[in-house]
Amino acid sequence: MKSHFRVGLWLLASVLLMAVLSVLVGRSGFLEPWNPGTGDPRSAELVRLILVELRLPRMILACLAGAALGLSGAVLQGLTRNPLADPGLLGISAGAALGAVIAIYAGFGLTFALAVPALGLLGALGAAALTLWLGSGGGTLVLILAGAAVSGLMLAGIALALNMAPNPYAAFEITHWMLGSLADRGWDNVWVSAPFIVPGVLLLLSTGRALDALSLGEQQAASLGVDLKRLRRTVLVGTALTVGAATSVSGTIGFIGLVAPHLVRPFCGHEPGRVLWPSALCGALLLLMADVLTRLLPFDRELNLGVLTGLVGTPFFIALVLRLKRTAP
Amino acid sequence: MTRIQAQGVSMRRAGRLILDDVCVSASAGEFVAVIGPNGAGKSTLLSVLSGLVAPDDGAIHLNDRALSDYTPKEMARLRAFLPQNPRCEWPLPVHRLVGLGLTPMLPAFGDFAPREIERIEAVLAACDLTVQRNQPVTTLSGGELARAMLARAMVADPAMLVVDEPLTGLDPRHAQDAARRLQQLAVGQGKLVIASIHDLNMALRCANRVWALRDGRLIADGPPTEVIQPKLLREIFDVEVSIFGTGTGAFVDFSPRQPI
Repeated sequence: MKSHFRVGLWLLASVLLMAVLSVLVGRSGFLEPWNPGTGDPRSAELVRLILVELRLPRMILACLAGAALGLSGAVLQGLTRNPLADPGLLGISAGAALGAVIAIYAGFGLTFALAVPALGLLGALGAAALTLWLGSGGGTLVLILAGAAVSGLMLAGIALALNMAPNPYAAFEITHWMLGSLADRGWDNVWVSAPFIVPGVLLLLSTGRALDALSLGEQQAASLGVDLKRLRRTVLVGTALTVGAATSVSGTIGFIGLVAPHLVRPFCGHEPGRVLWPSALCGALLLLMADVLTRLLPFDRELNLGVLTGLVGTPFFIALVLRLKRTAP
Repeated sequence: MTRIQAQGVSMRRAGRLILDDVCVSASAGEFVAVIGPNGAGKSTLLSVLSGLVAPDDGAIHLNDRALSDYTPKEMARLRAFLPQNPRCEWPLPVHRLVGLGLTPMLPAFGDFAPREIERIEAVLAACDLTVQRNQPVTTLSGGELARAMLARAMVADPAMLVVDEPLTGLDPRHAQDAARRLQQLAVGQGKLVIASIHDLNMALRCANRVWALRDGRLIADGPPTEVIQPKLLREIFDVEVSIFGTGTGAFVDFSPRQPI
């Protein structure tokens, strides 16, 4: 069997294992669905509630968001041919954050539970449209610059919302959301994000062949029949759907998109197309692990996901810089 | 039989004429060397003839069909293009790099079929890359990388091969080696090869046709021994030139008469 295929199977098995673990452990301890305890029907019902209504959707969201981040990171690194590219590059996660922040700021979240992810999604799509419009007609570099400009605009909007927050509670709510978390997310969050993440993932997976050819540079890729304009558009729309939907339910979660492709490259090779599937699986695995860890760490308050991935991700980033320094001439 | 024809091709960039009413044609079996000073429009002419850029004016026909009527995929199957200093951005093994040349023939998903793997191995052998087969491309020497890129261009067996400065930056042995391979493709295998070349002695020995450009205009078009003549070269390059000997063994010398 080919080695990259074997790596994919290993990753898939680990994701499944971690997913089961993620349903079984949590704040209310290790639950055994096959042994609902004392035989008291109320406790059996409680166990069922915790498992099906709390932990199961949370596990599914972790898989979806992790896969979205890992895959879009791999695709963006392939498109830009830059190992430091990540899903935040095109202004899409900042757009999702701004949408969600507006919902929290205006108090929509209190009247309508899905207002935060729904506005987040709108923000992501709006940011993507703005980046596409700004960057259209130029090359990949222009697209990245457009993404940086849009990202700056969205972050300025968030800063404005924080500055103008009507009360300290709203400001706290906003910062708390920005730190990223999957706590207390239910099935409605799955239903609002999955219809965007799944087609987005398929769209991003379809770019493999073009990204492979792009390792030869834009001119050679074009000479091999790759439609670069269409490729850039596909990547942008796919990232808007996946990362936009993921960020709008989970808040901003850094480093997964950057790190996942680097973790799988030693095993599947450097061809951008071969890294896609494994990066999605690796992203899902990393986010599942991080989410389980946030629930197991014995702190009074649950540690936020974005904080944990940041704490674990930064040393990795530093190691990457050190290795680059050693291998670069 | 492959035949490309360009009529009245012009190209403007920022108000400057880069190609000015160029009319050329070439067909299978020819090795065309495009010569001229820097900024003469050689690279632009090559990308226009490859169908990568549409000219502002003029028409190009490949096999009596307008180039603009070909889809990028169709063109990708007919011609291979290598830009100046081709590079690979990821450390792929050499055989995977060569395989990228088959991109236009592959379906959207899936790996190579056995027939395609055979083809890759055959081209690797033909380009003396069997030893380097699994080596990461980023660790190859300049000469090896040039060979790998040529293998990448040849693997899909294109009828037309357009190469921008294939000999620049290679040491004498590798430059001769690359020139011989290109000539073999044209004369031996009946492909149409168009390459921009700075080394006129090499152009004299390996090409069977020369297009000379200056300021975007075609100054001369003919067999190397006719085009590479003192009067014409002085007009194209604006420097003194001496030519020793005759025929394809002649020697072009641009060295200044006085120490600089």
